[in-house]
Amino acid sequence: MFETYYPILFLILFAVFLALVMAGASILIGKRTRLGKKGNPYECGIDPVGTTRDPVPVKFFLIAISFILFDIEVIFLLPWAVVARDLGMFGFVSILIFVTLVMIGYFYELGRGALKWD
Amino acid sequence: MLEMIVASSIKVIIVMLAVLTGCAYATYMERKVVAFMQHRIGPSYAGPYGLLQPIADAIKMAFKEDVVPDKVERITYALAPIASFVPSLLVFAVVPFSADFTLVGRQVTGVISDLNIGILFVFAITSLGVYGIVLAGWSSGSKYSLMGGIRSSAQMISYEISYGLSIVGVILIANTLSLRQLVEQQDTILHWYIWKQPLGFLLYLTCAIAETNRLPFDLPEAESELVGGYHTEYSSFRFAMFFIGEYANMIAVSCVGTTLFFGGWQGPFLPAGLSVIWFVIKVFCFMFFYIWLRATFPRFRYDQLMNFGWKVLFPLAVVNLLVTGLIVLW
Repeated sequence: MFETYYPILFLILFAVFLALVMAGASILIGKRTRLGKKGNPYECGIDPVGTTRDPVPVKFFLIAISFILFDIEVIFLLPWAVVARDLGMFGFVSILIFVTLVMIGYFYELGRGALKWD
Repeated sequence: MLEMIVASSIKVIIVMLAVLTGCAYATYMERKVVAFMQHRIGPSYAGPYGLLQPIADAIKMAFKEDVVPDKVERITYALAPIASFVPSLLVFAVVPFSADFTLVGRQVTGVISDLNIGILFVFAITSLGVYGIVLAGWSSGSKYSLMGGIRSSAQMISYEISYGLSIVGVILIANTLSLRQLVEQQDTILHWYIWKQPLGFLLYLTCAIAETNRLPFDLPEAESELVGGYHTEYSSFRFAMFFIGEYANMIAVSCVGTTLFFGGWQGPFLPAGLSVIWFVIKVFCFMFFYIWLRATFPRFRYDQLMNFGWKVLFPLAVVNLLVTGLIVLW
């Protein structure tokens, strides 16, 4: 049952190996100097101001949460798409009800301005 | 068993070499095509017509100093390029490159692994790509990286929904999730799924460009405001890994687009063993389109980008899906 997944395992091993070789190569053969000022985070040549561990605007979290909701919708649609012909109209109406429910959520979100950027 | 291991290892190595060479020459092609579109010559010193430029770039990258700035979180900083590079190569595991053919008496399948859930695998792996970007942006300890990383992840997850929905239409028509069967169904040009799913294709194309962070959706790397975006603090080959990952992603979405909408390796005149040539030609056209877009369009503004993804593409994708479902069942 899992035979088809073995080649993917090889591919993963190969890709990770390649990535390690690449990352290692530059460490091994690259030039090395003492860093000093060069170790500062890049900020257009001025001394860095403040930290980067600041709070992130909450908008981005809202986007992430909406993403989870709607992406799960997609995951439910895929199995239906494969067997849509066998399920016929019954399946379509069920999916229609499901999509309608999700879209109500979507328009509610739009109305509340969760997806508004300014 | 042993034969299977040897055969798939050889296939993996061939495909990986082809993809990495493809990535290298995609950079060359991009520079050359954009140069011609802007009445310049582009790279021309290394080798004839500058053909050795990608190799020169790779060697130069490897010999550069690997700068690790003071404020980075070392473990995540080291993991990020790998987390971005590896998933970009994994997609090629399920892409059917050519028809099955016989080579020295053995049956060779034109795909590394013909999963029966190929498309799901593609989308699962594509989603993993965002981790590398988030980790890179967060661990670099630079404001530009952080902003680039956050923007990029928000953009990618926003477009991922429409990206997923845009292909459900094709699956509805094809009744399968296996990429190989999808290609086999599109045996002549009239059976290409682009004719049955024109809107689906446009949605796929738009979302694919946004997913791979290319112009006109390349907000994460907007040089004029964010310097380099999430890989500002990377140098040497670790920077190159992000770069290769980006181009491998471009090639991957081109391959998947070709498979879903343009009949993959199907084409006239060529025997099964050479059908990979059609595949390469089609992917090449996709890549050319990418570069053409870059040379033509200005960049979106961030609010326009998010509005476009959520308020235009998503409803369109849902409508496309329901209409397709209705027509298929009628």
